[in-house]
Amino acid sequence: MTGYIIQRLLQAALVMLAMSALVFVGVHAIGNPIDLLISPDATQDIRAAVIAHYGLDQPLWRQYLAFLGRLLSGDLGRSLVFNIPVTELVFSRLPATLELALSAVLIGAFVGVPLGIWAGYRPDSAISRGIMAVSVLGFSVPTFWVGLILILTFAVNLGWLPAGSRGPTVEVFGIGWSFLTLEGLSFMLLPVLNLSLFKLALMIRLARAGTREVMLSDTVKFARAAGLSEFTILRHHVLRLIAIPLVTVFGLEFGSTLAFAVVTETIFSWPGVGKLIIDSITSLDRPVMVGYLVLVAFLFVTLNLVVDLSYALLDPRLRRGGRAA
Amino acid sequence: MRRFWAEYAENRVALFALIVVVCVIAAALLAPWIAPQDPFDLAALDLTDARRPPGTVGSSGMTHWLGTDAQGRDLLSAILFGLRISLQMGVVAGAVALTIGVTLGLLAAHAGGWIENAVMRVIDLQLAFPPILLALVLVAILGQGKLPLIVALVTAQYAYFARTAYGAAAAERQKEYIEAARATPLSPARVVFGHILPNCLPPLMVVATVQVANAIALEATLSFLGLGLPPTEPSLGMLIANGFPYMMSGRSWISVYPGVALIILIVAINLVGDQLRDQFNPRLRR
Repeated sequence: MTGYIIQRLLQAALVMLAMSALVFVGVHAIGNPIDLLISPDATQDIRAAVIAHYGLDQPLWRQYLAFLGRLLSGDLGRSLVFNIPVTELVFSRLPATLELALSAVLIGAFVGVPLGIWAGYRPDSAISRGIMAVSVLGFSVPTFWVGLILILTFAVNLGWLPAGSRGPTVEVFGIGWSFLTLEGLSFMLLPVLNLSLFKLALMIRLARAGTREVMLSDTVKFARAAGLSEFTILRHHVLRLIAIPLVTVFGLEFGSTLAFAVVTETIFSWPGVGKLIIDSITSLDRPVMVGYLVLVAFLFVTLNLVVDLSYALLDPRLRRGGRAA
Repeated sequence: MRRFWAEYAENRVALFALIVVVCVIAAALLAPWIAPQDPFDLAALDLTDARRPPGTVGSSGMTHWLGTDAQGRDLLSAILFGLRISLQMGVVAGAVALTIGVTLGLLAAHAGGWIENAVMRVIDLQLAFPPILLALVLVAILGQGKLPLIVALVTAQYAYFARTAYGAAAAERQKEYIEAARATPLSPARVVFGHILPNCLPPLMVVATVQVANAIALEATLSFLGLGLPPTEPSLGMLIANGFPYMMSGRSWISVYPGVALIILIVAINLVGDQLRDQFNPRLRR
């Protein structure tokens, strides 16, 4: 088991190194940020001074090494646009995104799984067909379009909910949160709904497939023969058997929700990291782009690692296989 | 083949979806001839016609069935031309991703050993990242335009083809007819492409259908975010983005109709893909 963990850790570190190099070199290829920073009529001396100040006169590999060194000490550089440290900038925006992503994933799980179990339990009923239609739509209709329709229906036509921005927040531990007030929740509702639709569709599909399989198994037959009620069977036997794959997907999906938040945040002008990356791409704010991408890559590698390791813990077969390898 | 069609036609929804897909493709191909107006011809545009609701008769005596956009462009024509660009991007990106992905997948399955390990590791790793994020990174790195966008779409998608091709080929290579083919003096390329590939086609067709729909959706998303095609090539995503600011003031048709066209296209392609999957799945056969 220890060998397996070390092997996976090394792999994760290697991936992170490759990702950071790729992102750094890649982002370096676009635009010249100096043109944004200095007015065109600045003298050559000022120009050279600014270039030297940001270390842009060094060869690329040297800039990368310097970047890596700073990265390890948690320093991602300064934003060229906001002129504050990237780490500070990203972390100031992160709570807004986390709030959104977490709510979306929770809705996906707590609404999607029961619906999926029902659709797998009674696959031919009208309700199940309805549930599956929602799931197909959630899969194939692009997120940004759902967001537009939500705004059009609930904000423009009905006027029930705000069309965008975050609204008032309540400070707890020095961080503003929306979900603590009713008004904050009204600002959150549409973006969360938008972001959760894909998760909902996914959870429905997975839970349905799992349930259909388990319902045919001997476990369920025996449980029925023992005279257990259908609800008890679903709650105690089916749910437990389909839980492991669902938990894995839940973990991985949390990461991808952060990525999808880019779209939702842009539509609802939600001030999270997703909107930040889009803004920094359009304004060529290189350090923020690199910082965000490295951070997200780190998040993904960590989540994958955690999921892999918890799988090994849950499934003894994998553990033995890992030891042999 | 005839049996295949008969079975396909049994599912009414899938049949209808196929007809829709064919009609949309035809409309996109014929856009220069059937569109009431050339949306790229600036001389034909009249700003006094801007943002007219659907059904308005414009200054040139033409009826704008779906209304006009902020530049006074006939929306129906803009959508037909937008479909053309969206479909083109989806099909080109899908085809390139298919070629690269299938080649890699077959190579991994055929070569075995460390090549197999290395290729599949990279692909599994990539599949763990959401395609939208990969596309976003690449567009950020490569800048905007048609070629960078295609590169981004291909990179975001080839791994799905590789995974599918690898899975199918790895199952095939165990079988006796492949062993027999390998024993003959046929070149390895011949065995891979002439014998293994044809037997991997059914699952690949399903993935290809779904991935074209995904590529179109991804392109629309990127264009909507302002990271896709340049304004000279307005795909459906960009038409929707252009109409977005006017939505708050109640002129929703500028965004809604291009969106409806996009959704019809994507959902129809996905339904066709679903039916193909069911038909190719031996487990669902009675």
